[in-house]
Amino acid sequence: MHGLVNRALQEFVKDTYGADIWGEVRDQAALPFDEFESMLHYDIRLTRLTIDAASAVLHKDAASLLEDVGSWLVSNPAQESIRRLLRFGGTTFLDFLQSLEELPGRARMALPDLDMPEIVLQTDTPGRFRLEIRWVLDGMGSVLLGALRGMADDYGALVVLEAEHGREGAEIVVIDLLDAQFAAGRTFELDAQMR
Amino acid sequence: MTSPEIILPDPLIGLSGAALDRLMPLHVWLSPKGQIVRAGPTFRKMVRQADIIGGSIFDLMKLKRPRLVSKLPDLMALQGQRLTLMLNTAPHLTLRGMVVALPGDSGAFLNISLGVSFAEAVAEWHLTLRDFSPCDQTVDLLYLREASALTSHESRMLTERLEAARIVAEEQALTDTLTGLANRRAMDTALARTLSNPQARYGLMHMDLDYFKRVNDTLGHAAGDHVLAHVAKVLRSEVRRGDIVARVGGDEFVLLFRDCDDPDLLDRIAQRLIGRLEQPTVFEGKTCRISASIGTTLSSYYIKPTVDQLLSDADQALYASKNSGRARHTFYTPDLAPG
Repeated sequence: MHGLVNRALQEFVKDTYGADIWGEVRDQAALPFDEFESMLHYDIRLTRLTIDAASAVLHKDAASLLEDVGSWLVSNPAQESIRRLLRFGGTTFLDFLQSLEELPGRARMALPDLDMPEIVLQTDTPGRFRLEIRWVLDGMGSVLLGALRGMADDYGALVVLEAEHGREGAEIVVIDLLDAQFAAGRTFELDAQMR
Repeated sequence: MTSPEIILPDPLIGLSGAALDRLMPLHVWLSPKGQIVRAGPTFRKMVRQADIIGGSIFDLMKLKRPRLVSKLPDLMALQGQRLTLMLNTAPHLTLRGMVVALPGDSGAFLNISLGVSFAEAVAEWHLTLRDFSPCDQTVDLLYLREASALTSHESRMLTERLEAARIVAEEQALTDTLTGLANRRAMDTALARTLSNPQARYGLMHMDLDYFKRVNDTLGHAAGDHVLAHVAKVLRSEVRRGDIVARVGGDEFVLLFRDCDDPDLLDRIAQRLIGRLEQPTVFEGKTCRISASIGTTLSSYYIKPTVDQLLSDADQALYASKNSGRARHTFYTPDLAPG
């Protein structure tokens, strides 16, 4: 598993609960190093162990934990860059939703060796979408659910999100877009210096 | 010179101005005299003028390539070619364009894109996602540029962390890489550990090679390295397991004899070391000759010594050996104190 994925998990724990808690998670997962490196690759077992350990240390089920990771990824000021990259997906939340299938391709534009889930977007009715996610690692649906919640806020859209289990291990996020322009949302300047 | 490309005017598509704005936000429709009939929203944003309709296009931009032109017929002659142009609002940014003739000599249609300086252009004119057509990959280029800046930042951080770790590892290393002997850090640690036992008996020898510089200077560094490796071998063979031999400088060595403070025994070892090191060695057919000066201090001289004091006293004894003609062994005595 790409170091970026592992490191996101690690930085979420450190940023939200502190370095000591990360130390506990690391010890419980018996990681043979202090920190994950974002540009290295790790055995996926270490990723799974880390998720399990974080879940145990924080007394949170894996789905809630990963949903928090997703929200944190797009709303934490230190991760502004990720929010920005996602905002390139479109002018409105609807555009953004439609761009989600491109997400793996976009990620690989920057990092050809990045592991990314398979994402399929289906439109049930004009305001209702089903996002189907398949990946080697369980729980990506929860991460995306958290991230979508954060991005809806970012765009100022009012949405209701729900996780479902799909067939053959797929994870489903059902998205009800109630109001695309509910609130003002945050601005997005194409030019990174304008931030 | 190439003749103007023929673009057949038929069949015509009637597009509304609004459709043109969406399809080509950087278009300009020109009258036969070169006046602006209409312009796309992004173009209007970039020229920073509210009222441009009826004005001359040549007051707003300069064509740089294929050549400078200032009249519409000259511009039309470049139909279908790649144009390099600059807007007067930002003459340092080159843009890309193409012009085609409109049917029936009714004017021309110019479309523009940001070209390679797209990032600077986006910053200059504060362009947003809405300023581009979804078909325009400029936004993807911006995305890619930002994403790769991020990944290269991460890679650079990784390299820096690895470099820092390497330096730490090197500092923490206990072995001299050339000879395989202990280094100064290892000797300091071993001495500190020995001193932590007030009952410990030991001898500390400081040895400096004589004429080593001459070998290095006349026979080369490879010969010098050969001599150092040979010295290491000799030193190792003269100590017991548990004693420590360290190379602490270019041609300086420190030997810690544990559980031994017998001056007679240590003097015999020192004399034997000098004798063995004086036997010439051969490196690539050339004979290398060195000797050694040694100074020794013993635990029995002290009540509660420090590492620095021991090393300094052994060093003074060594310099007494050097001063009295080299290739000698001297025990430390207080009257050797530097004066």
